[in-house]
Amino acid sequence: MSEIALPKIDSSILNRKSEIVKKLSKLTNIENVLSEADELRPYETDALSVYTQTPLAVVLPENTEEVSEILKYCHSENIKVVPRGAGTGLSGGALPLQDAILLGLGKFNKILEIDYENKCVVTQPGVTNLGITHAVQHKGFYYAPDPSSQLACSIGGNVAENSGGVHSLKYGTTTNNILGVQMVMMDGTICRFGGKSFDQEGYDLMGLICGSEGLLGVVTEVTVKILKTPEVVRAALIGFPSIKEGGDAASEIISSGIVPAGMEIMDKALIEATDNFSKAGYPRDAELLLIVELDGTVSEVNELIKKVEVICKKNNCSSLKLSNSEKERLSFWAGRKAAFPACGAMAPDYYCMDGSIPRGKLAEALLEIKKLSEKYELPVANCFHAGDGNLHPLIMFDGNDKEQLRKTEEFGSEILKTCVRLGGVITGEHGVGIEKRELMCEMFNDNDIQQQLSIKKSLDEKNLLNPGKVYPILRKCAEEGRVHVHKNKDKFPDLPRF
Amino acid sequence: MSTKIKINSQISQDSNNIYYPKDESEVSDLIRELYKQDSPTEIIGNNSKSFIGNKTQSANTTSLSKISGIIDYRPEELYIKVKACTPINEIEQVLSENNQELAFEPIDFGYIKEGKSNKGTIAGYLSCNYAGSRRFKVGSVRDHVLGFKGVNGKGDIIKSGGTVVKNVTGYDLSKLIAGSFGTLVALTEITLKVLPKKDSSKTVIIYPSNFEQIYDFFNKLSSSSSEISGAVFVPEQSKDKDFVTKKNSVFKFNDLKSNVSFIAFRVEGDKISIEEKINNLKKELKLSNSDISTLDVYQSEPFWKKVNNLEVFEKTEHNLIRMVIPPANGSKLCKHLENNHNYFVDWCGSLFWIEVNNKKEEKIKDLKKMAKDFGGYLTVIKTSSEYDYGEAIFTVDKVRLMISEKVKQSFDPKRILNPGKMYRGV
Repeated sequence: MSEIALPKIDSSILNRKSEIVKKLSKLTNIENVLSEADELRPYETDALSVYTQTPLAVVLPENTEEVSEILKYCHSENIKVVPRGAGTGLSGGALPLQDAILLGLGKFNKILEIDYENKCVVTQPGVTNLGITHAVQHKGFYYAPDPSSQLACSIGGNVAENSGGVHSLKYGTTTNNILGVQMVMMDGTICRFGGKSFDQEGYDLMGLICGSEGLLGVVTEVTVKILKTPEVVRAALIGFPSIKEGGDAASEIISSGIVPAGMEIMDKALIEATDNFSKAGYPRDAELLLIVELDGTVSEVNELIKKVEVICKKNNCSSLKLSNSEKERLSFWAGRKAAFPACGAMAPDYYCMDGSIPRGKLAEALLEIKKLSEKYELPVANCFHAGDGNLHPLIMFDGNDKEQLRKTEEFGSEILKTCVRLGGVITGEHGVGIEKRELMCEMFNDNDIQQQLSIKKSLDEKNLLNPGKVYPILRKCAEEGRVHVHKNKDKFPDLPRF
Repeated sequence: MSTKIKINSQISQDSNNIYYPKDESEVSDLIRELYKQDSPTEIIGNNSKSFIGNKTQSANTTSLSKISGIIDYRPEELYIKVKACTPINEIEQVLSENNQELAFEPIDFGYIKEGKSNKGTIAGYLSCNYAGSRRFKVGSVRDHVLGFKGVNGKGDIIKSGGTVVKNVTGYDLSKLIAGSFGTLVALTEITLKVLPKKDSSKTVIIYPSNFEQIYDFFNKLSSSSSEISGAVFVPEQSKDKDFVTKKNSVFKFNDLKSNVSFIAFRVEGDKISIEEKINNLKKELKLSNSDISTLDVYQSEPFWKKVNNLEVFEKTEHNLIRMVIPPANGSKLCKHLENNHNYFVDWCGSLFWIEVNNKKEEKIKDLKKMAKDFGGYLTVIKTSSEYDYGEAIFTVDKVRLMISEKVKQSFDPKRILNPGKMYRGV
């Protein structure tokens, strides 16, 4: 595994392993406690598979009371705990620690209530994101946030990471789409924030928990808002002869008052890579490809599509196709959704970066990345959630070549620093985890970080819950910040990643 | 209660000894000094909403009203960054020039306080987190905050968030600050997400015959693919002549029959899709043209302003309650309120504004219990002059209070900022 600083190992805990396992077996069914090497192996890493670590033990509780008892015990015995949902996170937030219990929420896999009258679903955290939509779509409803891993990622993990998706400009991220959570604190206290009504009074503790990467509590129940499926969804596939013209068109769409359901941009390298890979029929002569998706009622969408067409033509688009059927719409997305594997097919390894920039800075960011690509002599392909400013450059390299690996790391770090310089942030949707921990000081000064650490301390005084994540251990801005995929062996090869 | 102390600084004070720091560093200096002296301060903006919440037990008052002005407005990036006490009116004006708006529809609390507009500042707005009629569609104030800067109770300048929509870098403190009534930080800078104004709007009025039918309509409206962006119910309340008179004068539009109970729902968008949506909804709700009244854009816009100004409760001298419950329990609550209290329902059945007469704190207690049983909460927004605070203004349970105290401690360990404004100990 790659080396990364983790909290100091408490050897007294390691020495007490058998006693701890025995005690845990009394707090839940004995078969829910895993402690043998072969049982622990599947839990050694999450989707940031470059880092692996065997946990002390894995415990898979079945209900909130068990979670509470386990945490209470760990709290009193000073045992660290790493919570884990489906393990699809890309920033190492669920990376185990040698002297910590890995608390898996996989058995919390039931939807508890579907309440159409209040337009919400009460669910256990281990249910997948898409599982919620599947449960309500026969009545014409859906759950809006759609991270690319939605087939496998759990709603509890979505809450921990405040996951977004392609549609977050119009529909928001997880924090805008949940109404309540039940959570267990490190000392075992069970609490409830929010419920089935909007905007709990007092401090928005649900808002604090959402995106806290498992550092403040373990979520054991989530109430999510469901929305009515739009009457119609259409997409436009538009090619541009230059980055500038395409970027300008995307900006103009937004400033003209259109709020697209989704808006994606791919650069030339990615157009070619994905078209080779998935035969999506993309315009290969284009320097930049824009996919705009609009939803609403029939005439609303038709009206908006017309406006998009006018704007794109004004910005000299070289090709423009509008979807006339659901099948055609999905075919527009096919290439985009194959972006990651397509890069995987072009080089032994790739790093996926995740940063956000103001939409209008796209051309500047892409030019900067192009320069860096030449400087480091490494190819890069870019995709961009243009609706919400989330940029995913994919750097291709050969991990067996140590020098290339080093250069890739430097390259990645420079990209994220560029994002911050352009007014953006170091992570748009993958989270900080361990991956970008040391880059936090690119964005925050000591006061800012100290305030966040004070909150952590006030809710987990002994720093036992997911320690070593999100906040810098080294207190220096190290060269970190990417997802490494070797020989296209993603931890979850079947999951689309976009 | 701590005693008033003299702050050793150049920060200006008026004749009432209110401090007026002129920038972020002065706010920081002032709070750092108060922290050293263990001397709490009330934090105010333009005083438009300072009547909401408990009276703080503070020796000092700090007005952030001089921290005002637009820092950076990027219409094409859909954000505006402002100094914390920029008046809402100023922000709305500049957004309007670019055909954009604050989609959460700020409520104008000036009408209930003094019978005229006084929207106050964005910091005050964020600190209360009370969104208007569009909330159920677009989210609350907290959903539109992208980032902030402010000074915590130790005098440290802190920030969180940024200007981009997608941002998961560190804890999302913007959410925590929303609705915190100035008890965590003195805000100095706020970045808001802004959205394009819709081309046009229309409002359809329907006249339900009983409470079950009201909620049947609300349910159908919120379950439709033809999205609405506002839905209120205003009851008949025939026994209270004053309320009926007020209602008739506030909702004097076209052929709107305001002397009987009515539901009004708003559809926004381009003109063609508005017609399409209204036709779809008429079918879904089984309405014929003779059942409804329609307000065109020139009537629709002022109608929703009056709703969001709470004009039916203009200058109320009674207690005014804001209750939020899951809509499925709404018809039960309406039945309870009928001819007991004046009220109206917003957010498509979820938000209740209820007026409770003087000297009736036990009624507030009953309503509080009801809110809890229905899975919601209530806040006493405005108290009558005879309110003795025997019944708390906010609702909180033991565990949340315990966590709130811890969170407060992490921002403001000596309880310098607005102590007691929300809960004792916070």
